[in-house]
Amino acid sequence: MRGGWRGNKMSAIQTIPINWYLLLSTVLFTIGVLGVLFRRNAIIIFMSIELMLNAVNLLLVAFSSYLSDSKGQVFVFFIMAVAAAEVAVGLAILMMVYRNTKSSDINMLNKLKW
Amino acid sequence: MITTYLFYFLSFLAIMFALMVVLSKNPVHSVLYLVLAFFTIAGHYVLLNAQFLAAVHVIVYAGAIMVLFLFVIMLLNLNKETEPHKSVWLKASAAVASGLLLVVLVGSLKGAETIVQVNAFNPNIGLIENLGQTLFHDFLLPFEVSSILLLAAMVGAVMLGKRSIK
Amino acid sequence: MINLVWLVPLLPLIGFVIIGLFGKQLSKGLVGFIGCGSVLGAFIIAAGIFFQLTGQAEKSITVELFPWISAGKLSVPFSFLVDPLSSLFLLIVTGVGFLIHVYSVGYMHDDEGFARFFAYLNLFIFFMLLLVLGSNYLIMFVGWEGVGLCSYLLIGFWFKNTAYNNAAKKAFVMNRIGDLGFLLGIILIFVTFGSIGYHDVFMMAKNFSSGNPVLTSITLLLFVGAIGKSAQIPLFTWLPDAMAGPTPVSALIHAATMVTAGIYMIARSNILFTLSPITMEVVAIVGVCTALFAATIGLAQNDIKKVLAYSTVSQLGYMFLALGVGAYTGAVFHVMTHAFFKALLFLGAGSVIHAMSGEQDIRKMGGLKKYIPVTHLTFLIGTLAIVGFPGFSGFFSKDEILANAFEHNKLLWFLGVLGAAMTTFYMFRLYFLTFKGSFRGTSDQEHHLHESPKSMTVPLMILAVLSIVGGFIGIPEVLGGKHFLEEFLKPVFEDSTLRLIHHLPEQTELILMGVAITVMAAAIYYAYKTYIVNQTLPAAEEEELTPLHQLVYKKYWIDELYDNAITQPLNFISHGLHKVVDNQLIDGIVNGVGTVVNWTSSKIRLLQTGNIGFYVFVMVISIVIILFTRMM
Repeated sequence: MRGGWRGNKMSAIQTIPINWYLLLSTVLFTIGVLGVLFRRNAIIIFMSIELMLNAVNLLLVAFSSYLSDSKGQVFVFFIMAVAAAEVAVGLAILMMVYRNTKSSDINMLNKLKW
Repeated sequence: MITTYLFYFLSFLAIMFALMVVLSKNPVHSVLYLVLAFFTIAGHYVLLNAQFLAAVHVIVYAGAIMVLFLFVIMLLNLNKETEPHKSVWLKASAAVASGLLLVVLVGSLKGAETIVQVNAFNPNIGLIENLGQTLFHDFLLPFEVSSILLLAAMVGAVMLGKRSIK
Repeated sequence: MINLVWLVPLLPLIGFVIIGLFGKQLSKGLVGFIGCGSVLGAFIIAAGIFFQLTGQAEKSITVELFPWISAGKLSVPFSFLVDPLSSLFLLIVTGVGFLIHVYSVGYMHDDEGFARFFAYLNLFIFFMLLLVLGSNYLIMFVGWEGVGLCSYLLIGFWFKNTAYNNAAKKAFVMNRIGDLGFLLGIILIFVTFGSIGYHDVFMMAKNFSSGNPVLTSITLLLFVGAIGKSAQIPLFTWLPDAMAGPTPVSALIHAATMVTAGIYMIARSNILFTLSPITMEVVAIVGVCTALFAATIGLAQNDIKKVLAYSTVSQLGYMFLALGVGAYTGAVFHVMTHAFFKALLFLGAGSVIHAMSGEQDIRKMGGLKKYIPVTHLTFLIGTLAIVGFPGFSGFFSKDEILANAFEHNKLLWFLGVLGAAMTTFYMFRLYFLTFKGSFRGTSDQEHHLHESPKSMTVPLMILAVLSIVGGFIGIPEVLGGKHFLEEFLKPVFEDSTLRLIHHLPEQTELILMGVAITVMAAAIYYAYKTYIVNQTLPAAEEEELTPLHQLVYKKYWIDELYDNAITQPLNFISHGLHKVVDNQLIDGIVNGVGTVVNWTSSKIRLLQTGNIGFYVFVMVISIVIILFTRMM
């Protein structure tokens, strides 16, 4: 089984230029940005942020493979760890916010001003 | 050739699901679309010879994080279409801004030089053996430190999640 | 002993610190003891240094204490130079300073600022010693500024009196003018020689040709400093006003020590001046003009201290005359004898004022001889010394100056003798009006007349003895004596003397002496005739004076002239600058900037809506702009 994987001729690297991955990541990232701008529901915004993180992860993995350097993939691990931590805390904060405002609309959170 | 088609197919799915995440009105649907989008990204990982990462990705994101999201949404009872709508003007400006961002990002990437491959091609770097070598050799300290991060996050989440002490 | 030289200025500094910090808690006796004791200690060490120096062959010793300033090419160590000139000045400063300290214990006894007074005096002694001891121009400058500060503090010692404060300010400002010249001189020295240590500068200066324009500029600038500090024309008007301070201060600072700092500085830089003949001429002319000018003013003054003040200005003029004709030894000699007899005269005047319960007008005195015999006798000795009565110290020093002036230029000599005649006249006028005749004050004052306490009369007596014997260290060879001082100071002035001094024929020198004595005798006789035989009294305030008398009495309206020509236009301009430039333009700009910032901020702050969506939106737009500019 392992040997089969090793000789994998179906590697995307041979056939697809890295520019395509760059483009895909950019598009996914922009969709994440669009979500942040477009929606008012804090949870959706949060998910959009996850989407952006994954766009970056994808790019890291792509470069890692194209350069045959495993450090990029290790970085993705760390990003995952950070994302997990972030989600745990972020969702806890959202719970608090919801408990206090009875809403997940970020426009309710407008106390941060002059 | 099949990999090329596979790439197009997965890319199409990823973009579509991502868009659905943003555009669907019901938060629960958004979450489910996001899970699908993550699966397509995992597919891309496999295409890129990062098999172990693909597995971890599915486990962590689709299995853990998204469940957490879903859980919270259920808990807060947000599955109705309760979200108040933004004005059309705001939506338009959001669309224009992200469109601009896309154009500028693509434009700036367009001029980038193509990378020069320094290492000989090695299809095995995505295997758990190689990753383990790197992780526990070059990145041992960050790896250990990340455990503290997770601990802190856990403590923080517990503290925040508690009912405020009256 | 010489390696203990750092103790000399340190002792008065310690005295200053102790009295300055704890003066209020200490008893007057202890304050007086610390004040006098610290200076006495300094004097003893100075005497030890002096005798060690006379006994050894090495005449110029630099004692380096610590590196002080090191910046780029400039490297200034904090070091002292012990050589005949500085050791002589050390003796004068600490010796006369000690006597005046002792005198002050009696004189200031009832003053509430007793401790403050001694603190200032000790600080003054410290700075004066620094000035004299420094081995480079920067330390001298520090001392120079320090004594100026102390002078200011002590002139305005009775600060509740506005007139005294104004006198203090005047002294300070006039000194600043001179100090600027001095500072520029130092900077020019550094630029020219790359060092400000005496040793380096003088070594290098010897290689310059005589009349070098750079040297001329340096010396002229230094001389401007000396003009300010030593009260020469045109910056002399502060010194008479400085008499507002307590009398011991007038004696110590404004007669014996500080005002001779300018002479010390020129004598120290003698080689620079010797190589600048133009400056030498200027110094001589300014000196002789000041000597004459101040003497004429002295003729008509009625305030006992003012007369002495103008006489000080006049005597300083003589010293500059001596410097200008290259008689450095003569100048230093006169500094020394002048320190003795002028301190004596001032302290005597202080004793008179003390006896007269604060009265300073000689028209209200007279006949004090029988009330205050010790003061009278010592004052007479001082008077005889200053007029150059044969055998007294002033005779030898003044004679040396006049002989050198004659050798240099006959006109300078003539003017000098004329000034000496006037000096004789006004000093005896002062003496006769004060001590002879009958008492002209109120009966209250007459009842109160008394001799001063021991602490005041003893210094008077010591100074009187010094005024008599002080001249014997410089008896000219014509009179069969030996000029010890010249011998002693030879290493310092060696390079200059080689270039300047030619000895007069003995006969000429004797004739000059004869002329001086005759003129002096005539002046004494004239004063005697006017004030004893004819019993003439100076005109009272309300009397009409002849125009010439009026001119002299009003000091040529120099103060008024300065006031109208310089002070008032300056005040006018300053007022205008204050009202228009400062208040409107600069304040307008400053306040305007504040107002504009305030206003814009109040508008910009509305941008912070608190809406997170808006923030994100702005962020995205900003990223777009940044990337776009990067892309371009």
